[in-house]
Amino acid sequence: MANTAIKPVVTEEELLIEEYGYDDHFHEHHHGDKYQSNFITTYIFSQDHKIIAKQFLITGMFWAIIGALMSLVFRLQLGFPEENMAWLRPVLGKWITINDAGMGSLAPEFYYALVTMHGTILVFFVLTAGLSGTFSNLLIPLQIGARDMASPFLNMLSYWFFFLAGMIMFFSLFLSTGPFAGGWTAYPPLSALPQASSGSGAGMTLWILSLVFFVVSVLLGGINYITTVLNLRTKGMTMWRLPLTIWAFFVTAILGLLSFPVLVSGFLLLMFDRSMGTSFYLSEIFTGGQALDNVGGSPILYQHLFWFLGHPEVYIIILPAMGLVSEVLSVHSRKPIFGYKAMVYSILAIGFLSFIVWAHHMFMSGVNPFISNFFVIFTLIIAVPSAVKVFNWIATVYGGNIRFTAASLFAIGFVSMFISGGLTGIFLGNSAIDIQLHDTYFVVAHFHIVMGVAAFFGMFAGIYNWFPKMFGRFMNETLGKLHFWGTMIGAYAVFWPMHYLGMAGVPRRYYRFDSFEAFGQFSAMNQFITIAAIITFAFQVIFVVNFFYSIWKGKKMTTLNPWGATTLEWTTPINPGHGNWPGKIPTVQRWAYDYGKDGKEFISQVKPLEEGESETH
Amino acid sequence: MEAVVAKEFSRNKIHPRKFALWVACASIMMMFAAFTSAIIVRQAAGNWLEFRLPDIFYFNTIVILLSSITLHSSYLAFKRGNTNLYRGMLAATFFLGLTFLVLQYQGWQTLTDIGVALNTNPSGSFVYVVSGVHAAHILGGVGVLVVAMLHAFLLPHKVTAARKLRFELTLTYWHFVDFLWIYLLSFFTLLY
Repeated sequence: MANTAIKPVVTEEELLIEEYGYDDHFHEHHHGDKYQSNFITTYIFSQDHKIIAKQFLITGMFWAIIGALMSLVFRLQLGFPEENMAWLRPVLGKWITINDAGMGSLAPEFYYALVTMHGTILVFFVLTAGLSGTFSNLLIPLQIGARDMASPFLNMLSYWFFFLAGMIMFFSLFLSTGPFAGGWTAYPPLSALPQASSGSGAGMTLWILSLVFFVVSVLLGGINYITTVLNLRTKGMTMWRLPLTIWAFFVTAILGLLSFPVLVSGFLLLMFDRSMGTSFYLSEIFTGGQALDNVGGSPILYQHLFWFLGHPEVYIIILPAMGLVSEVLSVHSRKPIFGYKAMVYSILAIGFLSFIVWAHHMFMSGVNPFISNFFVIFTLIIAVPSAVKVFNWIATVYGGNIRFTAASLFAIGFVSMFISGGLTGIFLGNSAIDIQLHDTYFVVAHFHIVMGVAAFFGMFAGIYNWFPKMFGRFMNETLGKLHFWGTMIGAYAVFWPMHYLGMAGVPRRYYRFDSFEAFGQFSAMNQFITIAAIITFAFQVIFVVNFFYSIWKGKKMTTLNPWGATTLEWTTPINPGHGNWPGKIPTVQRWAYDYGKDGKEFISQVKPLEEGESETH
Repeated sequence: MEAVVAKEFSRNKIHPRKFALWVACASIMMMFAAFTSAIIVRQAAGNWLEFRLPDIFYFNTIVILLSSITLHSSYLAFKRGNTNLYRGMLAATFFLGLTFLVLQYQGWQTLTDIGVALNTNPSGSFVYVVSGVHAAHILGGVGVLVVAMLHAFLLPHKVTAARKLRFELTLTYWHFVDFLWIYLLSFFTLLY
């Protein structure tokens, strides 16, 4: 009876694991305690995938706050170019110049630096490392029934290379010449000539160094994710029984592994141009009244190498969000995901197509228009698997017994954002329409909605849903819903008007518009966008407070499986230790989406088929 | 830890570490595929300096091929239990690897001597950078060989699962960078 006092309820799943589980004698060795024996090995240089996931998440949140604050500063500049910015001087120092009348204004070169850093930070540090780093680490071993990653050591290195990359980038923000300011794509010649602008010197050197370390982090992580998914699945976990989250992380890792090395190649050539006098990207340039002796280079070559990564990169960002949303929608609608195989094939199709569309970022760079046709066609074909996914998400929710939790609201919001932003992608994928729309706010609106806001929504859905698995406590639901509605309305208020600006031809990356007759008329719209951005940011503060408060003070988790989900992570103890399962590892008997089958609300993946029960769903 | 890993994964057809190495090789391959396709794109754009690749690069191919053969025979000797051959061939591989690096450096010097310096024209710059990045991967391989030699010369010769795995990982990587050089050289030969 003493046992039952410590552990009042033994769940059916735990009994099933005891009966059918696979005994790998994991806990008969003491290595687990050996590498989690003190504070440093447990929380800092941890090799446990669950801790590494939290490290990625919290580092990602740190960067998200920095990146968002930067966007507020340049939004203030765009919305209120005449206002006095002297109050920002304590934070931004000499980048706020104050004239004789006491009016403070943002230094134009720092405006460019802010835009550049906002892009770099959000794309790489938040939505790549913070999203796929967090959830691939947390969910891959837990959902496939593995003790940990294939190489916990490389996994730890992956985080610390990311941390190093972040430190270098953070340091570059404080250089007296400022961080790199030539746009997050770092096109030459601005990135290749140290004398091109104030941020092109030391700022660019640190930028490129930081990103090389970041790529190392992505590759170490990706090698681990792919190997773990293919080699460490538990007995019975066939590829067709994997939850869609795992499929998404798996394809994401493959994309990263094949595309990031190409970026490194491009960067290496850039480094030689910067410091060894080669001319890979430079040709016939006049700067400061002098002709450089670089001849024969092609800046377009850099664009090809950059976008060969750059396009798969947007799917590296959105696929994990898609996976998380598929899972959350199914769990909270109490229905199996609609068209599981179609979902898997569409992930694979998107992954494949992402490698043959990169030049749609370069329609206006002078590439051959006949070659553009090829890229137009494949770009538009991506609409097909994307539409399959959207249809399946809606069909999953349709007729479901939906629980409107913060997680499921964000998942539904993701579908809304993905549709809105995806439709404008069809406009931009046409090389003819792109003549008008390229480099305007239409592009800004498109990618912010479809891969910025949508990816954040997927991430929020994931955080609200798996927070109990991470910390053993729940986040506050009321604050979560408030966060959702504020973000949903706020994000549309920020980015919807930008479409109109873009259609009118308002170019992105400009410091101010009031001196242009054609664009000055939009000043009220720019003010509206800025105010909406500030309010939306305020709602993110609610999330951050809720997140950290709930880690220590949130409602405690009392049952193993609070959402009634079928997947394996909810069969682990409330605070799973090293090795995830205290005894045997579960074996898998069925697919991941048995909801509402044969009158049962849900059937865990560890439960064997009953007599006469068919496996088809 | 080693023993546990081996036991835990005994159900797999291929050891996860070996699989991970193949995945890493695919990633490295992508990097060089990017370089070589950049060369094709850049060459098509004109203003491309034509020159003859120094013969030393071809001679060096024999060196690296030989090193693959010596490493493989060292591996076979390791499995058979022939300690002297195992150690000797491993050391030979190490010296052949170093020779390769020295000869590559000589190749770059020859290039500079015939008037194709690093910054003369992109056609020459590509040879320096691409073969340089390859040499960096060889250098990494030489580092791995040093570890393999420490094992071979300091530990008693025992064929354990862990040591066999370690050797096989070294062997795969070394064959891979060898293959990579042959790919790059045939590419240079065809385009230059």
